[in-house]
Amino acid sequence: MHPVRKRRLILVSLLIVGVSIAVGLMLMALGENLNVFYTPTQVHAGEVPSGHTFRVGGIVEEGSVVHDPDSLAVTFIVTDTANTTTIKYDGILPDLFREGQGILAEGKLDENGIFIATRVLAKHDEKYMPPEVDDALKAAQDIGAYKRNQ
Amino acid sequence: MWTWLHKLGSPKIFYNLANRLIPWFGWGALLLMLYGLYGGLVQAPADYQQGDSFRIMYIHVPAAWMSLFIYMVIAFCSAVYLIWKITLADIIARASAPIGASFTFLALVTGSLWGKPMWGTYWIWDARLTSELLLLFIYLGYMGLGSAIEDRRVAARACALLAIVCVVIIPIIHYSVTWWNTLHQGSSVSVMNQSSIDKSMLVPLLVMAFAFKFYYVAVVLVRARTDLLFQERKTNWVRKVLVNG
Repeated sequence: MHPVRKRRLILVSLLIVGVSIAVGLMLMALGENLNVFYTPTQVHAGEVPSGHTFRVGGIVEEGSVVHDPDSLAVTFIVTDTANTTTIKYDGILPDLFREGQGILAEGKLDENGIFIATRVLAKHDEKYMPPEVDDALKAAQDIGAYKRNQ
Repeated sequence: MWTWLHKLGSPKIFYNLANRLIPWFGWGALLLMLYGLYGGLVQAPADYQQGDSFRIMYIHVPAAWMSLFIYMVIAFCSAVYLIWKITLADIIARASAPIGASFTFLALVTGSLWGKPMWGTYWIWDARLTSELLLLFIYLGYMGLGSAIEDRRVAARACALLAIVCVVIIPIIHYSVTWWNTLHQGSSVSVMNQSSIDKSMLVPLLVMAFAFKFYYVAVVLVRARTDLLFQERKTNWVRKVLVNG
């Protein structure tokens, strides 16, 4: 390669490496602040801003959803499998909200450690499949559980 | 080793090649898109959770892929331009930018329309959405810088440098969903691992991805061809082309 071009190639490579390191350090410094929600474990450990609005995310625990019969109020528990947070919400839930579904709630912690949500968003996973496949998977799981219990 | 690059960099050879390739890629894009849309909107089954709403994926995902792919083409061409000073590399990079910006815009709009019924919101400042919006601004800044500088060679150098500095956004967008907690879900399609999307839904998605790629190649060749004729307007071969039609 021509020496001038070789020098330019080295300069361009150095530029890319330099910018990558700078941005990498910046992102590391920002760290946790780039996460869009806190996990229930972080809420338990007291790592969340007190008195400020923040988001908590997790899976809605099976059997934990309690609807108030007279209003839109609902109480449920989200879990990250290690810890749980109880959430109270008064409003319309997204269509994808159901037990076992990942959700994200925006609001504040009250003095009893209950999260008062002003907004609930559904988080869906990266799996796409026809309903029949989902049914077949669930059936296979049920058979597996049945056999294990025998 | 580099002779093929220099040969392709010759304006006249590129002009003739572009003329021959444009109809193939143009018609190819149309046919693939018709087949992909039929496969995605009619043939593919509804999703087990999202029902029919997931079908916007057939526009959203290929558009998002293209927004990253075109930026990488621009960055690659910019490096080639800075190192080898091949004018054609600059022409292709500059012709690509508005197409890339359009795909980024399309990905953001379709994602937003998809977000409302599924997530419950049009927008959230999570790492994936924010970095993709940043990419749109980078595209717009790149185009603005190019048209703000009158001298074409100065503009080419400035744009190439900007494109290379900003290429760091590409891995950030790609890995944003694994590095941080986001509302946006992780990748469904993977080259290395098994995709978490059913095959009946995946095939039309890949067809649409190829359709968008073909469309990009066709449009970038048309745009680059026009720019090339303008840049080379004082040469003999362009005069001949213009006289003979």
